[in-house]
Amino acid sequence: MARTISYQQAINEALAQEMRRDPAVVVFGEDVAGGMGTEQDKDAWGGVLGVTKGLWPEFPDRVLDTPISESAYIGAAAGAASAGLRPVAELMFVDFMGVCFDQIFNQAAKFKYMFGGKAKTPMVIRTMYGAGIRAASQHSQTLYPLFTHIPGLKVVVPATPYDAKGLLIQAIRDDDPVIFFEHKVLYTLQGEVPEEAYTIPFGEAEIVREGDDVTIVALGRMVHMAAQAADTLAAEGVGCEVIDPRTTSPLDEETILESVERTGRLVVVDESGPRCGMAADIASLVATRAFGALRAPIRTVTPPHTPVPFSPVLEDAYVPGAARVAEAVRSIAVKESV
Amino acid sequence: MTEIHPVGMPKWGLSMTKGQIIDWIAEVGDEIAAGDDLVEIETEKINGVLESPVGGVLRRRLVEKGSWVPVSGLVAVIADPSVPEEEIDRFVEEYRASWVPEEEGEEPAEAGPETVEVGGRTISYVRQGESGDAVVLLHGFGGDLGNWLFTMPALAERHRVYALDLPGHGGSDKSVEPGDLNSLARTLLGFLAVHGIDRAHLVGHSMGGLVAMAAALRDPRCVASLALIATAGFGTEMNAAYIDGFVRATGRRDLTPVLRLLFADPDAVTRRLVDDVLKYKRLDGVDAALRLLAGELFPGGAQRHVPVDEVARLEIPTLVLWGDRDQIIPPSHASRAPAHARIDLIEGAGHSPHIEKPADVNRLLASFLAGE
Repeated sequence: MARTISYQQAINEALAQEMRRDPAVVVFGEDVAGGMGTEQDKDAWGGVLGVTKGLWPEFPDRVLDTPISESAYIGAAAGAASAGLRPVAELMFVDFMGVCFDQIFNQAAKFKYMFGGKAKTPMVIRTMYGAGIRAASQHSQTLYPLFTHIPGLKVVVPATPYDAKGLLIQAIRDDDPVIFFEHKVLYTLQGEVPEEAYTIPFGEAEIVREGDDVTIVALGRMVHMAAQAADTLAAEGVGCEVIDPRTTSPLDEETILESVERTGRLVVVDESGPRCGMAADIASLVATRAFGALRAPIRTVTPPHTPVPFSPVLEDAYVPGAARVAEAVRSIAVKESV
Repeated sequence: MTEIHPVGMPKWGLSMTKGQIIDWIAEVGDEIAAGDDLVEIETEKINGVLESPVGGVLRRRLVEKGSWVPVSGLVAVIADPSVPEEEIDRFVEEYRASWVPEEEGEEPAEAGPETVEVGGRTISYVRQGESGDAVVLLHGFGGDLGNWLFTMPALAERHRVYALDLPGHGGSDKSVEPGDLNSLARTLLGFLAVHGIDRAHLVGHSMGGLVAMAAALRDPRCVASLALIATAGFGTEMNAAYIDGFVRATGRRDLTPVLRLLFADPDAVTRRLVDDVLKYKRLDGVDAALRLLAGELFPGGAQRHVPVDEVARLEIPTLVLWGDRDQIIPPSHASRAPAHARIDLIEGAGHSPHIEKPADVNRLLASFLAGE
C-alpha cells in the first residue's frame, strides 16, 4: 500500500529492498556507511546527507566506505559488474566526475559493444547534482547532458519520490551502466510511494499536467517549476501540457512529438546549461521532426552559460524559476478568447 | 414542493478534493427527475456524471465549464418552479456564506484502507456504514476496492459495507498460489470469519461474481444474497483479447485501448485511470499473479468455471445486472441466470455499470438488498 515518504527515503528504500532481494547488490562510495569501524553503527552517517543511512547495519558486508579516489572505486564498480555483482556506487557530487570519467565513458559504456553484446555491465552510479544549497561552483552543476552524450550509458533524472524508487529499482535490475541523478533540493520532497518494490521502464515520459495550448518539457527539479507555472497559466486560460521525460537516455521522443503535434508550441526548461544541453537537444528534436506542427518559435528556459555562482543572490537568479517558465509560455501562447 | 435543494461537488473516493466541470448536460429551466444526468465531472482519477439527487427544476448552474470546484462546493440549485428567484439567490448566498471547505490533512470522514490476515495473507479492505446487514463488495480481474467508490457510500446508508482487495490485487498480498477459484473463495470466507460475519450479502463484479458464487457453493449458510454484476460463471464465452491485453500491457500505449473495452463510453478512461492501473501492474509480483489467475480461471481465453446451475439449486436470492453494451462478457449471459433471480439490463453501460451508471446500479442494489 502507498504512503507518503520523502525522495530521500524512497531512494533508501529502493536500495534496501533490492539488497534484500538480490545478494549480488553491493553499495559503495565515500561515506555511504560513514561509521565503519565504530561501535556506534546506529549513528553511522549513511552518506553525506544520510541517504544510505541504515543500510550498513543491515548489510555490514555489502556496504563499503571507499577511499577518496573516484577513479579507483568507479573503476571497481565497472569491474565488479563485469564479474557478476550489481554494484551501486555513489559519486557524492557529479561535479567530481572528471577524475573517473574514463572508467565510465571509455570502459563501462563500451564493454557490451566491444565484446559483441556478450558482456553485461549492470552497474549504477548514484550522484547528486543541481544548484540551490549554496554549495558553490564545484558542487552545484547539472551535468547529465555529458553522460547523455555517451552511447552505452543510461541516464535517469527522477523528479518525484515515486519515480525515484521505481527508476532506481529498474536501474539496479538493468544490465547496462546507469547514471542516476539525484537533485539535492528534492531530497526532502514528499510524495506517495508504494511499500512494495516496483519498476518504471526507462524511456517512458510522465505527463505531469495535461493541456492543449503549450507543451512544456522539463526534467528533475525543473518539473516542479514547470508544474507551478502551468497552474498559474491555467488560471489565465492557457492550458499547458507538462512532460517529464524521466530518463534522458533513452529519451521518450514519441510522447514529446505527439504532444507538440497537438499544441504546436514548445517550451523546454532545464537546469543544465544552454550550450549542448537537454533544452537544446529537445528543441532540435522538435524542430527537426515536428517542424510542420510548430505555430510559434520554440522557447528554452535555462541558466546562463556560466558557472553556478556562490553568491546567494546570484545563485537564485541563475536557477530557472516558475516565473521565468510562465513568461516564456506567455511569449508564445495565444490566450483563449474570453 | 417549495424546498430548495443544493447540488454540491460529490466526493468520489478518499483522495478526491476537487472536481472539474467538463460539460453541463442539463440546462437551466429543465425539468429534472431524481437520477437524471446533470453535469459531467472530471477528477484526478476518474470521469463521471453527477446525477440529480432530487426531482425539480434546475434553477441555477453556478459554475462555468472548465472550472474546478472543491468537494461539497455549490454546483447547482434545484427547486420547484414556484420558488421565487429572490429566494433562490438568498439560498445561494447563505449556502456560500456558511460553507466550510474540507481542510487538507483533516481526518477523512471515511476510513482509509485497513489490513487483516486471512489464511497467511494480508488482505486490504475498506469498511463504511455503522449498522445493518453486512455487504461485501468483490471487484473483478485486475480491479481493486477502489472500483466501488460510487457504490460504497450509497449502500453504507443502510448496511455495513466491506470492499476488499482479492489476493494479487490492490493493497493485498501479491501471492495468489495456487490461484484457483477455490483458493479465492476460501479467502473470501476467511475474511468473513475474521470479521465475525456469519452471513453477508455478496456483491460481485465479473470475476468477483464468480468468487461470490464459489463461496456460496462452499458454504451457502454464509451467503444471504448474491448480486452479480456482469458476472463471470454464467457461460464459457468471454473477450479473450481483454484478459490477454490486460496481462501483457506494459505501458500507456498498449494499456489504454484495453481499458477502453471496459466502458461503453471510451472517454471514461482518463490518463489517471491508466496511470493507476500501470502503477499497480508494475508492483513486484503482480504480473505473475495475473498470469496465474488468468491461466487458472480463463485458460485459452474461455471461462473454465460455469457454476450457475449448481448455484441456482441453492435458491439464494439473486440479482443479476448487466450493461447492455458489455464488450467483455456478453450481456446474453444474463438469460442463464437462476429462474428465481431478478435480472436488470443497464442501458448505455459497458462491462462496469457500477462505475458508468452508478445511480442506476445503486438504486437496483438498494431495492434488492431491502428485499423489495
